[in-house]
Amino acid sequence: MYPGRFEYFAPATLDEALSTLDRLGDEAKVLAGGQSLIPLMKLRFAAPAALVDINRIGGLDRLSEEDGELRIGALVRHKTCERSELLRGRLGVLGDAAPQISDPIVRNMGTVGGSLAHADPQGDWGSALLAADARVVAERSSGRREIPLEEFFHGPFTTALEPDEVITEVRVPDPGQKAAGTYLKLERKVGDFATVGVAVQVSFSNGSVSRAGIALTGVGPKNARATQAEQALTGAELDDDAIREAARLAAEDAEPRSDLRGSADYKRNVVRVFTERGLRTAARNA
Amino acid sequence: MATQPEIRGIGHSVERKEDARLIRGKGNFVDDVKLPGMLHLEVLRSPFAHARIRSIDTSAAAALPGVVAVVTGELMAEHGLAWMPTLSGDTQAVLATDKVRFQGQEVAAVVAEDPYTAKDALELIAVDYEPLPALTSPQAALASDAPVIRDDKEGQDSNHIYHWESGDREATERAFGDADRVVSLDTHYPRCHPAPLECCGCVADVNPATGKATIYMTSQAPHAHRTLFAMVAGLPEHQIRIISPDIGGGFGNKVPIYPGYVVATAASLLLGKPVKWAEDRSGNLISTGFARDYHMHGELALKGDRMVALRVKMQSDNGAFFADAQPSKLRAGLFGIVTGSYDIPAAHVEADGAYTNKAPGGVAYRCSFRVTEASYLIERLVQTAAYEVGVDPAEFRLRNFIAPEQFPYRSATGFDYDSGDYAAAMQLALDKLGYEDLRREQAEAREQGRLLGIGLASFTEVVGAGKGKDYDIVGLRMFDSAELRVHPTGKAVLKLGVRHQGQGHETTFAQIVAEELGIPPEDVDVQEGDTDHTPYGLGTYASRSTPTAGAATAVISRKLRDKARELAAHKLEAAPEDLEWEPGRFFVKGSPDRGATIQELSLAAYSDLPDGMEPGLEGVHYYDPPNMTYPFGTYAVVVELDRGTGAWKVLRVVAVDDCGVRINPMIVEGQIMGGLTEGYGIAAMELITFDEEGNCIGSNFMDYLLPTSWETPKFELDQTVTPSPHHPLGAKGVGESATVGSPAAYVNAVIDALAHAGVRNIEMPLTSDKVWAALAEAGLAE
Amino acid sequence: MAHVDTTAPEAAQTSPITRRVDVTVNGEPRSAEVEPRMLLAHFLRETLGLTGTHIGCDTTSCGACTVLLDGTPAKSCTVFAVQANGREVRTVEGLETSDGLHPMQAAFHQEHGLQCGFCTPGMMLTAIALLEENPEPSDDEIRWALSGNVCRCTGYQNIVNAVRSAAAAMREGE
Repeated sequence: MYPGRFEYFAPATLDEALSTLDRLGDEAKVLAGGQSLIPLMKLRFAAPAALVDINRIGGLDRLSEEDGELRIGALVRHKTCERSELLRGRLGVLGDAAPQISDPIVRNMGTVGGSLAHADPQGDWGSALLAADARVVAERSSGRREIPLEEFFHGPFTTALEPDEVITEVRVPDPGQKAAGTYLKLERKVGDFATVGVAVQVSFSNGSVSRAGIALTGVGPKNARATQAEQALTGAELDDDAIREAARLAAEDAEPRSDLRGSADYKRNVVRVFTERGLRTAARNA
Repeated sequence: MATQPEIRGIGHSVERKEDARLIRGKGNFVDDVKLPGMLHLEVLRSPFAHARIRSIDTSAAAALPGVVAVVTGELMAEHGLAWMPTLSGDTQAVLATDKVRFQGQEVAAVVAEDPYTAKDALELIAVDYEPLPALTSPQAALASDAPVIRDDKEGQDSNHIYHWESGDREATERAFGDADRVVSLDTHYPRCHPAPLECCGCVADVNPATGKATIYMTSQAPHAHRTLFAMVAGLPEHQIRIISPDIGGGFGNKVPIYPGYVVATAASLLLGKPVKWAEDRSGNLISTGFARDYHMHGELALKGDRMVALRVKMQSDNGAFFADAQPSKLRAGLFGIVTGSYDIPAAHVEADGAYTNKAPGGVAYRCSFRVTEASYLIERLVQTAAYEVGVDPAEFRLRNFIAPEQFPYRSATGFDYDSGDYAAAMQLALDKLGYEDLRREQAEAREQGRLLGIGLASFTEVVGAGKGKDYDIVGLRMFDSAELRVHPTGKAVLKLGVRHQGQGHETTFAQIVAEELGIPPEDVDVQEGDTDHTPYGLGTYASRSTPTAGAATAVISRKLRDKARELAAHKLEAAPEDLEWEPGRFFVKGSPDRGATIQELSLAAYSDLPDGMEPGLEGVHYYDPPNMTYPFGTYAVVVELDRGTGAWKVLRVVAVDDCGVRINPMIVEGQIMGGLTEGYGIAAMELITFDEEGNCIGSNFMDYLLPTSWETPKFELDQTVTPSPHHPLGAKGVGESATVGSPAAYVNAVIDALAHAGVRNIEMPLTSDKVWAALAEAGLAE
Repeated sequence: MAHVDTTAPEAAQTSPITRRVDVTVNGEPRSAEVEPRMLLAHFLRETLGLTGTHIGCDTTSCGACTVLLDGTPAKSCTVFAVQANGREVRTVEGLETSDGLHPMQAAFHQEHGLQCGFCTPGMMLTAIALLEENPEPSDDEIRWALSGNVCRCTGYQNIVNAVRSAAAAMREGE
């Protein structure tokens, strides 16, 4: 309930934030929404010597479409995503994921960038954005780089970010004119982490699947794509048989663990069921 | 006599008086109390479920600036306070000395100038533990080679705590021998937790100058707690004042005495300053009074569609200390009510309690002293029997209910049910539900591959503890009290020995006075919770306030009304028997203009009395109830299952309650809806469990799941009214009915969706994976 | 009387570093020096003495501590006081004005939307924020918006009734 002591920095610019991180190295953690970090600090599972609060930095909370890409600033709150038209329709996987993250009050503060940096295998954004083929823009004093999300998650709570890097933006490519997706989440109650989450995002061209994104939450050491399932769909018509086969493969792609939320077999079955339902929805809505 | 709308006594949904401060955020909860010089106490808890303590080094913690004291079991032992008695006649460690016996057990405490510093200091306390094997079930604990957990108790050579029986074993065996069918159920009512939104805590202020101890405490039973403090701490009872201020929910969690209270009081005594202990949620869930954890094996003997006998064997997981908060003569509480609403001629119940390496407790969470467990078992057995016998579950119940003409009904385990009409409540529920249409809809849905279920539970509760001869807590008889004083200007103060935690006593009990004396509820100030200013009572839990203190209020109000009649006779120069009463006024028979209001008579009590009459208009009554009361009802739940995930959604809840006369219908309905929600949570998601090492899972709100507004279903409420023949107001009490009766309704609904495929049981909580496993086994999974 | 170790050694110990926080609380500017680690909930309750904001858990799960931060519901137990520097906080104490109770408070009272009152401040503030955005929410929208505020007493139904009633009252400009 009572965190340990830390030094607090609230830089006004990104440059200031980055040079502070340079100086402090892995002694410091970045504070964005705080809805994952602060609970850990209160339980003293995390005890950073310093916090760099980036909430005062302007320009990190823009949500827009530019050059055909969807650009989500790192400080865009989940709530903003929940409300935005830009995340509906062809990028339905994102618009459907946003309202299911945690609870409505946490969504007011929590950020997309913070969620990705936290890299909880039970986090929702990671899967939704993986399915949408997103890239992360990371900046440090010495420059910036773009990291495809597949390469971003290394393991539970571990990412490709260096201690002196900050996510500034997430970029989602145009899914094409005919595209649809959704996010299905099984949770025991609102605010719980996912027992199983399945993100589905499909692009079509000439009646068949040009790109399939299927990513899984809570059934592996990190948010990950169901690559066998995706490959089976690419180039195929999204009919009943294809859907069932993809769902079967997605269940195989999953690496669930048995725990209080259910056995590994149970979770695999939910992956299968959700993949099927998600693909049917995509087929209907595209 | 019904009161006029403007007087608003019984039966009126008077808006609550206590709301005024609560909606403004001006409640006075324990953690809001701030006294000059107040220090803060934080408790160090054991990470191990079972371990010897080799040493504790507090030097670094004590040296931290801002730390005033570090308290260990050794220090408490020097003052004879390392152990304390429990409400079940056992002892419990205040701070561990030799061993820790459950994960989360209190090991040491820091007193500091602020809680952040106190928490910093906790991290500096070094405890050297020698882990021991942990016993996490009664079965393991009662095995012959199990290590003895309570090796602190002389003569304790096993983990067995008690054996308890009720009913007639021979008659039951004979009936079973005679039966043409036996239906059985093995079920575990899992460990759950009352989890009121406000955690436990206290501010202990032992004044060094006067020696008086004032303890603000989250207490549902301030007087009993004061007496216990006197016995435990050796402080003279008249020098102890317990103030139970606003309480943010109790549900039985605030009945036991916890080590934090004792350590805070000892610290205040030693340091001469007020000490606040404000528990955090993790401490609350891991160490304070949990509920249930009852392993039950029940068998019903049937002849045709009639139940002729019931036998039950239970094992109770009591944790490391036997601390059940229940009447002393009842080791298994009121579990004997297990024949429920049914006319079962023979029954036998036996229970064995076991120590385990878990937190102590068991009787809590609106259980009415184990009636939740009993009600769950019988309603699940009855549902199973209906399927096995091939009779509709509603019809089966109707055929077996105790009939109205059988009341007062003596059950096979010795309970004297006061009144009831179970069939009427059931019929009303079925009508509201459109039961027959629903059964048709269920069949049609099944054809289309959709699984709907309809679950019923027809519970009978037993509350209002209780007659002093039979009911006591650590020897203190379970009467309760009301002290009423009417001021010269006709305003009144009512002081009670109970203590509400959200049940609305400040309004409800004022309405009783309004009913009997005609003083409007706005003019009656209800006070509870301060032992210096209220008459002795045993507190609020087990739905007992209305049956006991409510009765006391009615009795004393009537006594004052009798005195008011004498005053009226004097004032109106008439004979007392020539006067008639209408709410708020006496008048002369035949001359209604010649009258005196209760306000005028109140003034007269101080200014115009007949010779020889004692001045004033006040009195106190201690009410010893002649019997328990038996609220009842039928709950019906409709669910739909997701065949792909096992998730289930509640489509409808119909709840028909009969708690006798309802004093404030709005408040009664609020209690019921709260209970239906707890029942849903228990059936669907609430669980405290342990791994093989005794690590507790469910000690924070990420793991201990509470239903939100989104999952919680809507409730359709209705009532029948069958007054209690022995209660002065005909009221029975209702606080726990829905928590007691509804879990079986939810579970029966899910089972009902699968019963056609032979499924008979799924263990609570019915999480989606368990339901899916049942679907898969029945060949119904998607 | 047993010995209780209450002495601290003479070792040099710097006092904790504090930061100045300037927050507008219920329309009033408030300032204090606080450690960065102090939670906004504790700042409100202990430093400012506004005890209407309650603490119900330690895992950001229950919403009892909800306040409005620049008009948006936030769990004050999961925000550091320093993060609120230069911002506006509204607590339950700021609802009643010289004109009387806020319609939400009145509605909770009329509809019996509270029992023990512990979740009530946070519940009302979240509901007020909902009505700002959505003046005529459906019951489902109300339940969805309140799903971050736990209540153990009421079963939520009367809370939903209260919010609906407040919404109607506010639409009529009462």
